[in-house]
Parts: sequence; C-alpha cells; structure tokens
Amino acid sequence: MARVGVFVCHCGTNIAGTVDVQYVAEEMAGEKGVVISRDYKYMCSDPGQNIIKEYIRLYKLDRVVVASCSPLLHERTFQNTVKAEGMNPYLMEMANIREQCSWVHKDRAEATAKAIELIKMAVAKVRMNEPLFPKRIPIERKALVIGGGISGMQAALDIALVGHPVLLVERGPSIGGRMAQFDKTFPTLDCAACILTPKMVDVRSNPNIRILTYSEVESVKGYVGTFEVKIRKRARSVDMSKCTGCGECMQKCPSKVDSEFDLGLGKRKAIYIPFPQAVPNVPVIDRNHCLFFTKGKCKVCQKVCPAEAINYDQQDEMITEKVGAIVAATGFDLSDPNDYSEYGGGRYKDVINGLQFERMINASGPTEGHLKRPSDGKEPKTIVFIQCVGSRDENLGRPYCSKMCCMYTAKHAILTKEHIPDAQVYVFYIDIRAAGKNYEEFVRRAIEKYGTMYLRGRVSRIFEKNGKLIVRGADTLSRGQVEVEADMVVLATALVARSDSIKVAQMLGIPYDQNRFFTEMHPKLAPMENVTAGIYLTGACQAPKDIPDSVASASGASVKVCALFANEELIADPMTAQINPNLCSLCKTCVDVCPFSAVIEEEVKRPDGRVQKQMRVIDGVCHGCGACAASCRPGAITLMGYTDQQIFSEIESLAASL
Amino acid sequence: MEVKPEVEKKSKDWEPRILAFLCRWCSYAGADLTGSSRISYPPNVRILRVPCSGRVNPLFILKTLRAGMDGVLVSGCHPGDCHYTAGNYNARRKFAVLSRLLEYVGIDPRRVQFSWVSASEGDKFAKVVSELVAGVKALGPNELFRLNPSKQTAQGPQSPRQ
Repeated sequence: MARVGVFVCHCGTNIAGTVDVQYVAEEMAGEKGVVISRDYKYMCSDPGQNIIKEYIRLYKLDRVVVASCSPLLHERTFQNTVKAEGMNPYLMEMANIREQCSWVHKDRAEATAKAIELIKMAVAKVRMNEPLFPKRIPIERKALVIGGGISGMQAALDIALVGHPVLLVERGPSIGGRMAQFDKTFPTLDCAACILTPKMVDVRSNPNIRILTYSEVESVKGYVGTFEVKIRKRARSVDMSKCTGCGECMQKCPSKVDSEFDLGLGKRKAIYIPFPQAVPNVPVIDRNHCLFFTKGKCKVCQKVCPAEAINYDQQDEMITEKVGAIVAATGFDLSDPNDYSEYGGGRYKDVINGLQFERMINASGPTEGHLKRPSDGKEPKTIVFIQCVGSRDENLGRPYCSKMCCMYTAKHAILTKEHIPDAQVYVFYIDIRAAGKNYEEFVRRAIEKYGTMYLRGRVSRIFEKNGKLIVRGADTLSRGQVEVEADMVVLATALVARSDSIKVAQMLGIPYDQNRFFTEMHPKLAPMENVTAGIYLTGACQAPKDIPDSVASASGASVKVCALFANEELIADPMTAQINPNLCSLCKTCVDVCPFSAVIEEEVKRPDGRVQKQMRVIDGVCHGCGACAASCRPGAITLMGYTDQQIFSEIESLAASL
Repeated sequence: MEVKPEVEKKSKDWEPRILAFLCRWCSYAGADLTGSSRISYPPNVRILRVPCSGRVNPLFILKTLRAGMDGVLVSGCHPGDCHYTAGNYNARRKFAVLSRLLEYVGIDPRRVQFSWVSASEGDKFAKVVSELVAGVKALGPNELFRLNPSKQTAQGPQSPRQ
C-alpha cells in the first residue's frame, strides 16, 4: 500500500486567496493511500521543502503530491526535494491548483471543490507511479549557431573561447547581419562598422569556428546532446579555395540589380559581395540575374578572373553534422510597406524607412553618406521622422513595442543635423521609451542640443503636393492639427519576426508566440533557454532587441551551451515507451506511427533454440510521445510516466467524486 | 473558513463535468498562460496532462464518459507545431474514427471535442473551454452508463451496464 503525503501550497495569496487550502488539506487526509496532508504558505521555499523532507522521514512516505503551481515551473524543484530524501524523483506528482484553478476561477467554493478533485487525480496517479531511472546519453561537444548577425557571432565566439567547435550557419553571402547595414550606433555614436568588422574578422580567424555562409539548415533530428543537422550549402558558383577577393569579376559583370543590402537604394552586380567588408570576401553569383544562367551567354567573370575561381557547374552541397546544442540567432525583418497605406504604402519615393536611412547616411552606402532625396537626389532640408509605424498598433494585430525605434530615431535626428546643419527635423512620437544606460540623456541631447522638434501625436496621412510631402498629424500637447511640408519622411517601421520564423520553429521543435517570435522557456528566469532541451535563443528572434541586449543574450546563451557541454554525459528523461513481447502481436502499427523510427524489429533466440521475432523501442531514440502506446491494439506498449494504469486511475478518481 | 456547506449547496444545481487531456508542450502550457493572464473560464473542467495529444488512446475518452463525466476535451499543438512532429495528426485521425463510434453506441459526439491550442493562446483555451461547457450543458447530463438515471436523456436507450 502506497504511503502518500499531500502538500498544499498557499503560494502567498495566489492560491489561498481563492482556494480554501486548509479545508483542501483536511479533505485530502481521508483520501485512499494518503497518510498525511498539510498546507503551508510557500511550499517551494526552503522551509516549505524542509517540511516535505521532514514528513517523508517522519511518516515513511513513499509517494508525494505537491499541490501548487504548474509543473512546468516547479516540477524539477520538488523532484529534487524528494530526491534529497532518497526517494525516486518520479514518485512525486504535482497538482496544478494555481494556473489551472485559483488564477482562473473567482468563486471560492467552486475553486476549492475543483482543487480537491485535481489533487485527488494526482493522488490517484501517484499511487500507480513506479520509480524511473534517467538514462545517460553522451554529448557531442559541438554547437550549431543559426544566424551570422551580431548575436550569432557573439555566441559563436563565446562558445569557441571555451574551446568547443562551433558551426556558424548564415543564409546570406556574408556574416555581419543587420548591424553591418547600420551607420552609427546609439547612444555613443561610434560607427557600427568600426566595432562590427573586427568581430567579423575574429570569427573568421577563430580556429574553433567553421563559417558556412550562403547556407541554410534544412533539417534537425535527434535531441539534446546528439542533434543531427542537415545543412544545404548553396552553390556560390565561385570556388572559395581559389578566389582571392580581388573584385575584378564584380567590376566587369554587366548585369545590375537592386541591392538587397541597400534596400533598393543602390545597385549591385549579379556577381557580388553584399558590402565591401564582407566575410568571407568571396562573391556569389546570383543565378536569377546572371546573364549566363538566364540567357546562356556572357561568362565575363570567368574570363576576367585571374584565379580561375568561377565555377558555373557548382552544385548545392549537403552537409550532415552532429551537434550537442543549437543556438537560434535568426534575427528580425522589417514590416511590410502595405502596413502603412496612409503613409503611401511604399508609393512615395521620398518616404523611406529607418534602415534605408541608415544605408543613406553610411559612408559606404549607396549615396556615400550624403543625404539625398531618392526621387531627385536633392538635399532634403525638412525631414520628418514618424515613430511607432506598425508597432503598438492593435489594428494590425501587432500590439508590441519595437523597442529600438525611439533610440534610432533620436540618433537619426542628430546625424541629420550633423550632415545638414540647417535642416529642420521633426519627430512624431507617441511616447519616448529610452530606458537604457545613457539612453534618456541621448534623446535629451537630440532635443536640446540639436534642436529636434518632437511632436507628440500620430500622423494621419502623408500626401504629395508640388514636389513636397505634406505630413498631416496631431500634436496632442498643443491640442492642434499640424501640417509639415517635408522633403523627406523616415518611418520607424515595426520590427517583425522573420517571414519564415514558423518554419524554423517547426524545424527546431520550439514554440513561438502570437507575433511569431520564438518563445523562451521562462520570460524572467530562463530567457535564453527553451522548452526543447539543447536549443537556446538569442537576439531579435525572440523579441525586438538592440545591440547591447543582443550581445548580452548571446553571451548568456553561450554560457548555457558551455554549461551543458561541461557535463560528462546527459541525463535523459526516462519517460519512454516499452514493449511487452508477450503481449505484442507483431502488427507493427507502432513502427508506422513512431515519428522517430525508434521501434525496431529484432530476432531473439529463445531458450529452446528457436529464433523469435520481437519488437523493441530503442531507448535513446524514443522521445516519449506515446503515439505507439495509444495505437497498440493488444496493449503491449507502456509509456513510462504516463501509463494506461496511471491515466485510468486519474479518470476513475473523477468518477468517485460523482 | 467554513466552505463545506457552500460546496454542497452549489452541487445541487447540475453543472457539466469535463475532463481535458492537454498535451504538455502546447495546450497545457496554453492553459497555464490562461492562468498567468488571469483569464477566467468555467470551473467545470479538470485537466489531465499527457505528453502529446497522440498519447490519448480513444479508450481514455470512453473510460472518461463511462466514469460519468459529461464531456471530454482533447487539445494538442497546431498542425505542424507538434513537438513530436506528427502526434497531433495521429490524434486527429483517431478522433475522426472515434466520433463515429460514439454515435453508434449512442453518445452524442458533441460531448467530445478536439482543439488546437498553442502555448501562446491563453485566451483561446478559455474560449474553447467556455464553448464546450456551454455545449455540453445544452446536451444535459451523460447518464448512459448510470444505473439509475435521474431522467431520460435524448441519448437513446439506456444501458444497464454498471
């Protein structure tokens, strides 16, 4: 007979405010198998855990039920508590009476009655629990970093610093990411390239880092410690081992296209590097625009290449690697111009976005750092900046703040004045959010020292009139309509998740939020970790983040990776499936439903010498989803931790309360 | 602190009782989010955590109804989001077959609901539960498996099975 102890937590007033915890504890004392039941203010606190330990000793408990918050939060905590008393951690069950009871119900009597039932279910289950023993799995001490922006580079450098090999996969032809497109950085105004490009060189020259540019991760299999990843290295059409980066090919290439890096403000060739400091400094041929690939003739680049590096026959290469941990650093996109039709929706040439402005004032950008109207190349004298374009907008289903626009707009205002001292700069804003080190001071400087006109209000419309852009908006502080005749308008457009973020999330098996950003394990206590073990998040793939935040989160994720790699071997969840060969009918439905090919058929020799076929689950491959157990007709498969008996027992406990 | 009389008083009006099988990766976490966002829903639902909606054997659903629960919810990750790649598809297929069986044995298939709720859809979980509770309430108590049904329900002949 099981000896169960029930421990009911008040969680301060979080539970006790709605559930009569004392009454619940008293009620549970009479439950079958329950030896002792008590309540306490904070079960997860040190004294709370000590009560559990003491009662295990005192009452010789062999099963424990903790009725408190969600197991997603504290299952590990209480498993460790009972483990400290020598109990198998899988003999502890939690009843979630906070998230799924006290926080969602208001009626005290109803919530109390429900809490009792939830705990009864947990008691019924725990009585059927059996000790489980975690499996040990080896670790491949190599990390995969997806995304070669500032986050991914920092993560790769930090992991490599500890001595672990890192595979850095970047989709574009060069590492560097968004930061490479920036001109200067707030609040120090040091140039982005001056701090970024040396880091790019560090990454390239680090012997522990292998960079795969122009490459994409295509599939991820396996689990923490032993992921198997397949990477498609797209054909560059240039032999990386031969190319010297002289740039002759790019000069002579006759095919010109809009540069993605310059967001359409400048041109590039069909054979190109995105920017002069690219790493690796090896061009790629854009096969969609190359005359040879589209029309079958040209081959100018091949003729001029002194290193004979051009190879039109190059094929995509598939690379398979085993890695122990994965860092997702896939970054962000800018919102679609269709989001702001009232501002022209991309129709007006002189209405640009913040990133285009960065390219324009960047000395190595398409205008060599000169502010010019895209329509006629004239220097703009009146520039209007509009913040929160597409962010904090419920109508677009995008209620969040894009976080860095307040800061980069202040930076743009300052830089505009430095480029064109007699320019008049207006900023339309809703609120100024400058909560960072030296951020508020920076915005004040833009206003006070540089004379930027900050107008609190939204812009309702922009339209063209006599070659000018009329910006019509409200100034809520003076309570009036404002109309500004502008030469150029810069929109601080929303930062959004990558267009293919869901595809990446599904590939990695990680959750994403309603805005398609990746979700961390815990927003406060595990911001770099993920519910899928072995996968870590950094940078703006989680939420809008500026450079300092991205770098900090990258280092944070790296520490988590290194901590994982510091283990001699990993402890894997013992909740896997087992097949009882005596019940198995060899129908092999389990083989069909198993998503991981964990079920195999093998031949065993019986004592009488005959060979018998038998199905077996490979422990290390099974993820414990239970699809096989649910599909097994003779009921030969047991999913440890979620056995049929446990679930039936929970269901029957509900019948008893009828 | 005396609650008992209140509990008894409440139980006199019939309220449907529903068991929800929630996958631990999406829907269980979604239900947690409902809680941390303090979105209320009817207290008629009891939650049973499973690793994946694909773990839900149709037998569990039948057992639940056999135990006298009035409705069942099975909720998993959205299509394509399954932590185990395809468990939710397995669950959906099983569910499609099961609802025909339910009809055959005389249980209104509307008592059993299947839904997709992700870890970020706290509001959706509350909505799914509220709708199911209202739907089952309209169907009345599940008395097919009771020895002495309190009243005749629209579920066809009563079975005297225990």
